[in-house]
Amino acid sequence: MNDIDSVPDWIAAGCLLIGAFLCLTAGLGVLRFPDVLSRMHAGTKPQVMGLLLIMVGGMIRLTGWSATWMLLLVGVFQLVTAPVNAHMVSRIAYRRRHVRRDLLIVDELADADRGAEIRAGEEGMGGDQPADAPAGRPSPDDPDPTRSA
Amino acid sequence: MTVFVFLLYAMLGTGSLLAVGRLALGPSLLDRVVATDTLLVIITAGLGVYAALERDPHVVPLLVVVSLLSFVGSVAVARYVGGMLMRSSEDGRGDPGLAPPGRGTTGPRSGEGRST
Repeated sequence: MNDIDSVPDWIAAGCLLIGAFLCLTAGLGVLRFPDVLSRMHAGTKPQVMGLLLIMVGGMIRLTGWSATWMLLLVGVFQLVTAPVNAHMVSRIAYRRRHVRRDLLIVDELADADRGAEIRAGEEGMGGDQPADAPAGRPSPDDPDPTRSA
Repeated sequence: MTVFVFLLYAMLGTGSLLAVGRLALGPSLLDRVVATDTLLVIITAGLGVYAALERDPHVVPLLVVVSLLSFVGSVAVARYVGGMLMRSSEDGRGDPGLAPPGRGTTGPRSGEGRST
């Protein structure tokens, strides 16, 4: 812990610091952003960039090839799985109306030709609210289902 | 040096506490999925920071396990929520052409087929 004296150690320390800062911003964004998609946007910052920076810092600091290869494996695994994860969660979130449509600037899925996602959601829920909404029905025109759910 | 270590762990700890706050507050299940994912990534980052600072390679296999666990957990819950969506469509109106319950992964499904 107290042996940061050479140039590679300082580079590793910088990587670790930036990675930890990205983790802090992810926590802030996940707590403060308004809906699922923007929370995902904030939460994915350390998932790829922060974790890669910390893995690079660990590769510089740790000695031995097995540790380096395992850290590389973690980084590659995050790069592969983060898009799959985000795709599945955001698709379900869009169908279940956990998305603030009033905050979207471009909503390509709402266009008539490409509205299959919306129709799938409506068939699934039979209404304009998530299926796990509480018993008291909010008004169907409520643009923010997450607030009432 | 001590200040640097304290700063690292303080940022990681604050981030994880904020993620736990969203995990407690989250209005919907998917918010909690996102918060859990963020929390597990921050835990991975904390283990990596510990391994790098202490030059301790013994926690490195744990990193692989935690990152695997985070992916499998989020995907499982996302699939589960999608299954809830399909079952509620079965309750709503007659037969929407879904596979019968119990054989959920076979046959055409209304939600999955159109998504691509």
